Amino acid sequence: MRVSLFVTCLADQLWPSAAVGAVDVLRRLGCAVEFDERQTCCGQPAFNTGYRPAARALARRLIEIFEASAADAIVSPSGSCTAMVHHYDQLFDDARWRERAQGVAERTHELSSFLVHQLGVEDVGASFSGRLTWHDACHGLRDLGIRDEPRRLLRHVQGAQLVELPPPGAETCCGFGGTFSVKYPEISVAMLDEKVDAIERAGVDAVVSGDASCLMQIAGRLSRRGSTVRALHLAEVLASRP
Amino acid sequence: MTFERDARTALADGQLRGALRQATTLFGERRRAALATVPDWEGARDRARAIKDETLEHLDRYLEEFAANAERAGACVHWARDAAAACDIIGGIAERRGARTVVKSKSMASEEIHLNAALARRGIEAVETDLGEYIVQLAGETPSHIVVPAIHKTKAQIAALFADKLGIAPSDDVATLAAAARDALRRRFAEADLGISGVNFAVAETGTILILENEGNARMTTSLPHTHVALMGIEKVIPRFADLDVFLQLLPRSGTGQVLTAYQSLITGTKRRAEDEGPEELHIVLLDNGRSRMLASRVTRQALACIRCGACLNACPVYRQIGGHAYGSVYPGPIGAVLSPQLFGLARSAALPYASSLCGACRDVCPVKIDIPALLLHLRAQVVAEGVAVGKGHLRERLAFWIYTAVMVRPRLFAWLMRAVRSLRIMPPLGAWTKWRDLRPLAPRSFREQWRAGLRDQRGPDA
Repeated sequence: MRVSLFVTCLADQLWPSAAVGAVDVLRRLGCAVEFDERQTCCGQPAFNTGYRPAARALARRLIEIFEASAADAIVSPSGSCTAMVHHYDQLFDDARWRERAQGVAERTHELSSFLVHQLGVEDVGASFSGRLTWHDACHGLRDLGIRDEPRRLLRHVQGAQLVELPPPGAETCCGFGGTFSVKYPEISVAMLDEKVDAIERAGVDAVVSGDASCLMQIAGRLSRRGSTVRALHLAEVLASRP
Repeated sequence: MTFERDARTALADGQLRGALRQATTLFGERRRAALATVPDWEGARDRARAIKDETLEHLDRYLEEFAANAERAGACVHWARDAAAACDIIGGIAERRGARTVVKSKSMASEEIHLNAALARRGIEAVETDLGEYIVQLAGETPSHIVVPAIHKTKAQIAALFADKLGIAPSDDVATLAAAARDALRRRFAEADLGISGVNFAVAETGTILILENEGNARMTTSLPHTHVALMGIEKVIPRFADLDVFLQLLPRSGTGQVLTAYQSLITGTKRRAEDEGPEELHIVLLDNGRSRMLASRVTRQALACIRCGACLNACPVYRQIGGHAYGSVYPGPIGAVLSPQLFGLARSAALPYASSLCGACRDVCPVKIDIPALLLHLRAQVVAEGVAVGKGHLRERLAFWIYTAVMVRPRLFAWLMRAVRSLRIMPPLGAWTKWRDLRPLAPRSFREQWRAGLRDQRGPDA
């Protein structure tokens, strides 16, 4: 299967090991991976802060870029950016653009959901030694309905032991929320501290998630609190070999 | 700016945060347990939303039908365009009755129009009889939750308040505290000339109003005094009596995690025979106060489907940290952040649509499936488009998004800029981030650099 990688600007610049890991896993499963270097940001920061014209300009670009690709699927190591592409049609009044946006959205998949539902794979042949816990990134969970897919993939990782987060639980927001994290940093960190407390109580070696944005938030606080728990992207764990 | 300041104050209040965490967690757990008793929860949500959508589509017609049927049953219906008109109507009724004291059961609409203050200006004392509202009134505060007004208070704080205001011996025994309140309130009920209540649902085909409660105070408010005034937002009307079925499944479960509230008062007009319960005189005040403006917009109309259950407040991770007062509005939490800017003006509430991480937990629990995150995004776009200032940083924000867009539409510039930032080890000036969190440094090589440097040409073992 031909796959076009929708890398996302955060993974590209801040968490490239997630994108490299995604490429590695996809190739291991027989996919031919392409990457169009014209892609930058999907426009979500602008959309979420209320800058619709900016978001629209970036949406048009990404739609054109991915329309030009003959790949069977567009795959992203981010539930949040995938969800943004799925929301693109709301940005346009013009029916033609809405249709084009929907066309691209239909081909765009978050990594774990692509592996489980499109490739039908749960064991990607990864091996990782340690206790892991999963953090549900909100947009993947609530906009795309991804809950079991990453857990199924992680349960098949050799040597890894997956435990659920104690309250407030895996499904509670980490407090990132894009510009929210810098507009209201104290509230954001109060939310984050509950998450990090739970991660520490879980007694894990690493917290795993599907979005570089949540990982940036969680890792930033783990590091500030001097914790030894690592923050890893799902693709990094799935790419690990013995 | 007040939101930011008040949120910070709330975050520093350990008692508040403890009380909030305990109560919202408890309500969340009860809600989940109560949902399990409905065979088709999703179906019930869809049916309720469809009824609300249908009502809002023809709201004028249903309101007229309701008013006609209520009047046929003996009620007197008043139409109030805004808060001032509603206060005038109710103040006028109270004065005509010669009322000095009115008892009130819970009504968020009365909080919205600041009715107690308006009555006080006419020399009329309004006594809140819902226990939570009574606590908040004794403390000289405002409700911080639409269903649980005193959710921000610990038991110890309430004990101290009662000892101070009611002159009872300090006790943190719940039964003792409730008994003290009941004792004080019974005397107020006996002397009240007028009872004012809210309305949960108003049935167009019968002219009936339904009030849900747990303490019996609404039953007394609506039946003990000679005159009953019911205040309702115009969005409370539903077409048919049978529609109550689905809303009675949804509201108590979503709000307090109850299968049904202890009391459900269905009031159709005035009492007909002397031995019946109910008021001799019934006034129903229909409050617009910005609602018809919301109705006009296709996008924001869905917020009028809200049945005020409060589930989104309990589920919201922001509300759970800061409580209701920081929102600076009678309607706090996610639904408040959507309603307040629309009812009270965007400029006054421009910070509220941003008071959310857009996690979507509110949308998940909403019994009528209001897409609150989508509405928050819509309002954010309106804040930007209308140039309503949000704090001192808004010019900096505009500039930042202008630069961001200029860079992001130019992939080569983007790649070059990021390479420069990386090699010069420039750290962005993000004090708001780095004061509490370490900033992850840019990776030594971006993905696109690694792609060009050979990743592109590698082949997987099986490919």
